[in-house]
Amino acid sequence: MADPHIAVIEDLSFAYDRRPVLHGIGLKIPRGKVVAVMGQSGCGKTTLLRIIAAALMPTRGRARVLGRDTGTLDRDGLYALRRRMGMLFQFGALFTDMSVFDNVAFQMREHTNLPEDAIRDLVLLKLEAVGLRGAAQRMPGELSGGMARRVALARAIALDPQLILYDEPFTGLDPIALGVIARLVRQLNDSLGATSIIVTHDVAETLPLVDYVYFMAEGRVIAEGTADQVRRSGVAFVEQFVSGAIDGPVPFHYPAAGYEADLGFAAGA
Amino acid sequence: MLVALRAALIRLGAAVTVGVWRLGYGARFFVYLIVHSGTAFRRFRLTMREIYFAGVLSLIIILVSGLFVGMVLALQGYETLQRYGSSEALGVLVALSLVRELGPVVAGLLFASRAGSAITAEIGLMKATEQLSAMEMMAVDPVARVVAPRFWGGVISMPVLAALFSAMGIFGGYLVGVVLIGVDEGAFWSQMQAAVDVRNDILNGVIKSVVFGVAVTLIAVFEGYDAPPTAEGVSGATTRTVVTSSLAILALDFVLTALMFTGGA
Ligand SMILES: Nc1ncnc2c1ncn2[C@@H]1O[C@H](COP(=O)(O)OP(=O)(O)OP(=O)(O)O)[C@@H](O)[C@H]1O
Ligand SMILES: [Mg+2]
Repeated sequence: MADPHIAVIEDLSFAYDRRPVLHGIGLKIPRGKVVAVMGQSGCGKTTLLRIIAAALMPTRGRARVLGRDTGTLDRDGLYALRRRMGMLFQFGALFTDMSVFDNVAFQMREHTNLPEDAIRDLVLLKLEAVGLRGAAQRMPGELSGGMARRVALARAIALDPQLILYDEPFTGLDPIALGVIARLVRQLNDSLGATSIIVTHDVAETLPLVDYVYFMAEGRVIAEGTADQVRRSGVAFVEQFVSGAIDGPVPFHYPAAGYEADLGFAAGA
Repeated sequence: MLVALRAALIRLGAAVTVGVWRLGYGARFFVYLIVHSGTAFRRFRLTMREIYFAGVLSLIIILVSGLFVGMVLALQGYETLQRYGSSEALGVLVALSLVRELGPVVAGLLFASRAGSAITAEIGLMKATEQLSAMEMMAVDPVARVVAPRFWGGVISMPVLAALFSAMGIFGGYLVGVVLIGVDEGAFWSQMQAAVDVRNDILNGVIKSVVFGVAVTLIAVFEGYDAPPTAEGVSGATTRTVVTSSLAILALDFVLTALMFTGGA
């Protein structure tokens, strides 16, 4: 509990086979906060999330998550670590051969010895939190994209994780569903006393929600700051990101060091 | 010319290396699967479900095919036997053909295309839609939770299916031989009983069906688990399951037959 950071990533590099994706990333995720990692499609956000989740091991550098160095863990250690995390996958990844109820109950049945009626109460509680108690007996194939995302969210928080990882929670949602999910992310984080990492390229939807933002481009962290700092600074990068202009004031491949100075953010704070 | 030859050699070498590498990977997968099979037995309900999907749902095709194979055997067998005036041996011919060879082999081939392909497609799709990664993220080993129950479900189903195939085939032989053609019923059954040996014929047939069951289901779960996580990847893996496991059945059948039924037996 002494460590104020729930996850610390130091000088982390990663390559798929020979193909480098991340280069010397440094992140600090403070306990209890909602932190966003933003960047262009294909810049390595999902990869970074998988490293934090210890599903991939860094090629170089360290990832310290929930007080454990992921590179030093054996299989049992990994599984023990993952039980304290919840992850929302980019495409939901609901178990298609199980009902919504069984999806949310999955981890409780796998990892606890709770009797079935206690599980029932817990599952309904989680589904109520995402507003889908009425859909408990449906199959994932019968849900809309937004509903499936909410079920996946309920499943991710089934065992009250200390760290919740969201991979693109907002893509492919209508504005109402998006608002619902955004509010849920914040609510769940605060009510569970958890810490959340959101990986996304939806700047406009994410900024109002989060406490701290990291910007990534081409596998490097190029800027960081609180949501207010980022918004007030009127950063050209953010502007360009929101409007989606191809030829914005700041090209993505701008040298990282110069850009950080440009933004006025402390490097590696 | 020389360049083309060189390129061909490099391709051949690469193909062989990949093949050997996959074989080794498959063997390690098999060991890992066996070591992590505890869940499949502790929570036998999971395996029961797979027995239903692989075994019970294959019943129709197995029973109908068995019936027709037995009927054809009787027609062809009678044709030949009566030339030598020994048509009452029809029961022996039908029963031995089925129990020793056709039961395990044809049931295995049908099982590969009916259940094996379904297992590969299901596991492959679960992988492609990140369900297996999600499971791993929830600290649940997909090999123990998804693969092992399917493997054991198939391994348990296959011998039962082969036995039912043979039984149905013998019944088909009886229908055609005795009811239709009019071979003496007493001779049909008594000669069969006298000639079919429990250890030599039935047990060997059962061993074959167990070996085929392990081979087919292992190939099916491995191809599914190893499939590239895309639509083409899964469809390719499904095809490979049927082709590879059919060849494996026929090759294993030759080896097993050579071991079981030659040299004094
Ligand atoms: N399994 C893999 N094997 C090889 N390369 C991969 C693999 N997964 C991703 N990549 C590559 O790594 C890079 C980063 O991928 P990643 O999925 O982390 O991007 P992302 O930032 O999450 O993108 P998006 O916003 O589109 O989800 C991409 O160039 C991608 O092609
Ligand atoms: Mg991604």
